[in-house]
Amino acid sequence: MSVNFEKDNDGIVTLTLDMPGRSMNVLNDELSQPLAEAIGRIEGDASIKGVIVTSGKKEFLAGADIEKVFAITDPADAFKLAEDYKGFLRRLELCGRPVVAALNGTALGGGLELALACHYRIAIDDPKAQFGLPEVKLGLLPGGGGTQRLPRLIGIQPSLPLMLEGKELKASDAKNAGIIHALARDREDLLAQAKAWCLANPKPVQPWDDKKFKWPGGDAKAPANGQLWAIAPSMANAKTYGNYPAPINIMASVFDGGITDFDTGCRSESRYFANCVVSQVSKNMIGTLWFQLNAINKGSSRPEGVERSTVKKLGILGAGMMGAGIAYSSAKVGIEVVLLDTTQEAADRGKAYSSGLLDKDLKKGRLTPEGKDQFLARIKATTSYDDLKGCDLVIEAVFEDRAIKADVTRKAEAQLARTAVFASNTSTLPITGLAEASERPKNFIGLHFFSPVDKMPLVEIIVGKKTSKETLARGFDYVQQIKKTPIVVNDSRGFYTSRCFATYPMEGMTLLAEGQHPRSIEMAGLQAGMPVGPLAVQDEVSLSLSLHVLEQTRKDFAAEGKTAPEHPGVAVVEKMVKVLDRQGKKAGKGFYDYPAGGQKSLWKGLAEQFPLKEQLPQQELIDRLLYAQANEAAKCYEEGVVTAVGDTNIGSIFGWGFAPHQGGALQFINAVGVAQFVKRSKELEKRYGERFKPAKLLVKMAKEGRRFE
Amino acid sequence: MSEAFIYDAVRTPRGKGKKDGSLHGVTPIHLVGNLLTALQQRNNLDTSKVDDVVLGCVTPVGEQGADIARVAVLYANWAESVAGVTQSRFCASGLESVNIAAQKVMSGMEDLVVAGGVESMSRWAMGSDGGAWAMDPRVNHLTGFAPQGIGADLIATLEGFSRRDVDTFAVQSQQKAAKARAEGRFARSLVPVRDLNGMVVLDHDEFIRPEATVEGMAGLKPSFEQMGAMGFDATALRKYTTVEKIDHVHHAGNSSGIVDGAALMLVGSKKIGKKLGLRPRARIVQTAVIGSEPTIMLTGIGPASKKALARAGMNAGNIDLFEINEAFAAVVLRAQRDLDIDPAKVNVNGGSIAMGHPLGATGCAILGTLLDELERQDKQFGLASLCVGAGMGIATIIERL
Repeated sequence: MSVNFEKDNDGIVTLTLDMPGRSMNVLNDELSQPLAEAIGRIEGDASIKGVIVTSGKKEFLAGADIEKVFAITDPADAFKLAEDYKGFLRRLELCGRPVVAALNGTALGGGLELALACHYRIAIDDPKAQFGLPEVKLGLLPGGGGTQRLPRLIGIQPSLPLMLEGKELKASDAKNAGIIHALARDREDLLAQAKAWCLANPKPVQPWDDKKFKWPGGDAKAPANGQLWAIAPSMANAKTYGNYPAPINIMASVFDGGITDFDTGCRSESRYFANCVVSQVSKNMIGTLWFQLNAINKGSSRPEGVERSTVKKLGILGAGMMGAGIAYSSAKVGIEVVLLDTTQEAADRGKAYSSGLLDKDLKKGRLTPEGKDQFLARIKATTSYDDLKGCDLVIEAVFEDRAIKADVTRKAEAQLARTAVFASNTSTLPITGLAEASERPKNFIGLHFFSPVDKMPLVEIIVGKKTSKETLARGFDYVQQIKKTPIVVNDSRGFYTSRCFATYPMEGMTLLAEGQHPRSIEMAGLQAGMPVGPLAVQDEVSLSLSLHVLEQTRKDFAAEGKTAPEHPGVAVVEKMVKVLDRQGKKAGKGFYDYPAGGQKSLWKGLAEQFPLKEQLPQQELIDRLLYAQANEAAKCYEEGVVTAVGDTNIGSIFGWGFAPHQGGALQFINAVGVAQFVKRSKELEKRYGERFKPAKLLVKMAKEGRRFE
Repeated sequence: MSEAFIYDAVRTPRGKGKKDGSLHGVTPIHLVGNLLTALQQRNNLDTSKVDDVVLGCVTPVGEQGADIARVAVLYANWAESVAGVTQSRFCASGLESVNIAAQKVMSGMEDLVVAGGVESMSRWAMGSDGGAWAMDPRVNHLTGFAPQGIGADLIATLEGFSRRDVDTFAVQSQQKAAKARAEGRFARSLVPVRDLNGMVVLDHDEFIRPEATVEGMAGLKPSFEQMGAMGFDATALRKYTTVEKIDHVHHAGNSSGIVDGAALMLVGSKKIGKKLGLRPRARIVQTAVIGSEPTIMLTGIGPASKKALARAGMNAGNIDLFEINEAFAAVVLRAQRDLDIDPAKVNVNGGSIAMGHPLGATGCAILGTLLDELERQDKQFGLASLCVGAGMGIATIIERL
């Protein structure tokens, strides 16, 4: 049984959630049916004096069965799911006996909602346990009464951010927020406190069922909340550009429930829940950010049959921005790091980067001075290749120049064991070519980090022609060891992320050259769901770097006797750098001006250099920016640069910020519909050029009625 | 002068105006939004051709407040060139909207106007918008304020309507409404309320109690006796000097019900109808409003109807069917007497006692019901009338085409 029912001599029943064959409890029929039966038993047995709800697992209950929610396409089914769950939670809190949630571990989503339907909540004070309503992160809203009980418990204003941001709190913070009543030391203390409370409070009533109930901070009609309602949607949309239905539905549910009564509010909540469940956005987010991400984290792209490995000692060549960041992220998980540069000063500067980040944690009280010292002691800043002895892995992060890279590769390999892995953090140079400098190309791999390394969650693993399965597995394991998400791609120009990403600023610059208003272009990027507008992001990458890459590409093509395909955006890059001397953010001038200490603003001179012509509808701009990226991703998939749909989607979101609400570059095509994507692409091709010609694979898929699975 | 035609009429079902009512969880603007969408779809309407949306709302506070008509236009995603205005003529607001729309069109100043009203009485209790009449002691004193129920009981006392008379009237209202509902007589106008997912929230008038009996009602306590005894009766009796004592005959069963609902009508000129390919269902013949003695408050139906008839060159005998708002049983009984009309022509499908009275919407809703019934019975002229707060009356005459 998933729910154990035990009654002691004092008439206190302990309901222990303990689903067989699972490491965690999950809210599905297998759990909810026995729970409902147990509630029925309690209702019918007057000798029961109190109820304790706890879990037999490490965690209490981490939420609903996402697979089930994901499968729902009819809002009536989602509505019923929410109504049914709330129905028995309501019976539990109205059973006339004290019900205590004894939270032995994490309670999230439906798990916390179960706890909120109990009269009293005690949690073990374990800093790893988390409490919250994170549904919004998957495009959903708390449909188990969360939007009704939490605001009635702690007030509308404090509850909204918890649900809108999906914040997860530690037990002590949840207690301070008024969500949990008491803390316990351990399981024994937890159950003892729970029983004591039951015996001391034979007839508890939930605040919202008390006739004298007053909303903390006022109900939804209260003038104090009027200003909140007026600005809250603007605040949410300022970040989301209106692309996410869940935050607005959460607000509406709280608002409605704050005007009506508890039960009506619960029913409204089910309607908003249903709306989120069947929304394309939640399907996109769950499909990619839940199922595909989980599969990646479980090693779906890792070669089978290779024993798991860990890196104990890591060498990093080049202590610049990237090297310093890799050092930090690796030392953070306890890896011994050798950070090497040509001068001690440069190496020290790289180490100081970690020191600076740690100081921030110190200030916030997340770290002790001893902790900082221990952390820094793991990083050795040096100029000596001898120090690389004993490294399991060396990552080079030196300047993007083949000769320099070949030189450091040889010097490092001279110090390494035959089994050590050598990785290049190149973002542009083909790995197979770089591996030619290596004496053991089987052990040579690309580990493409993103800047800033300490914040960016992705590492693109590039497999060269000669890279072995073992080397790939070890690279994969290392990326997971430093708690980042690995995607695996095959060697090709620009790999996957850089190649697809480039289409975004390029399309933005093309629009500029065509005479579209620069602000409309930037806004189109943001409205599309990208974190930064295409011109701003080009400034950050730097126009001169892009020009450098372009020229390198031309040379490479010329060497093969071919001509590099030219994007119409290239002319803008050349004009900006060569004619206008505006190289980007680092130079203080690009498409934007960057006044010292001030906010950037679009360069006034753009009006003269790129005169406005007839303005396209905004949706046309948005489509062009998204279609350009998605079509490139489809081409990468078609060419085998990427081989897994999950890697392609996750890589697009985590790597270059492709609109998360679209679920990634390939899921965007699914959501539009492959046939419709092909049709629209052909329109765009006709109007704007060859680059929109849909990938052959898509045309084929459209014909066969297939989608990316 | 131009003529004004009714091209379509829609209404929501009326939901019980309490916490357990089906429409309690539906925002008032959503009720209107549903109907705007229905009007648009049913008539394949190019909304940019609509000049204005005139809505009645008697308690315009909270999310029902400000100018809900204009915001509903935006909420329903109609052309942003469509204006919206919200007005209150108390209980007559819904019919006032139609009359304003007719006047806009007949004056030739506008071509196409949506008229109607909305009231979520479960979410925003009657009276929560305050008002000088009841709240300001000097105004209250100078004008002789008393609640409507006192006036209704005073009418019954003056006219000699017994408790059994008013209860019998109420039971008939229930029976007529139940029959009409069962026969689908409301089907043409009734648009089910759907939630944001398109799921049906309510598709029938849920307030009707077909099982009501005079005997069953006998047990209900008079609603206004206690407040009358506290002083309101005395205020009324100072004006009605021949009355010794008010007979408090009204209660929850023979007064209009508290419900949630909305109603809309599409009113326009002949020309715009032709242009948009719409078929006119009725011509608005005449409208009228009057003021009457405010303390008894509810005697305006007779005078307003007579004014409208006189201006139209008609008399009550020319009217085939009447819709007289059942604010209270005695109000309709008195109006029938004032107009000397056959009760068989009045409220043939029941009224607000059975179905409820969503204040801002009722006037428009009963005119729609009247039109549907004229069509069903193949009759020509109809008159809708309501008594109005602070002593007013309103009437509208239509001719079915």
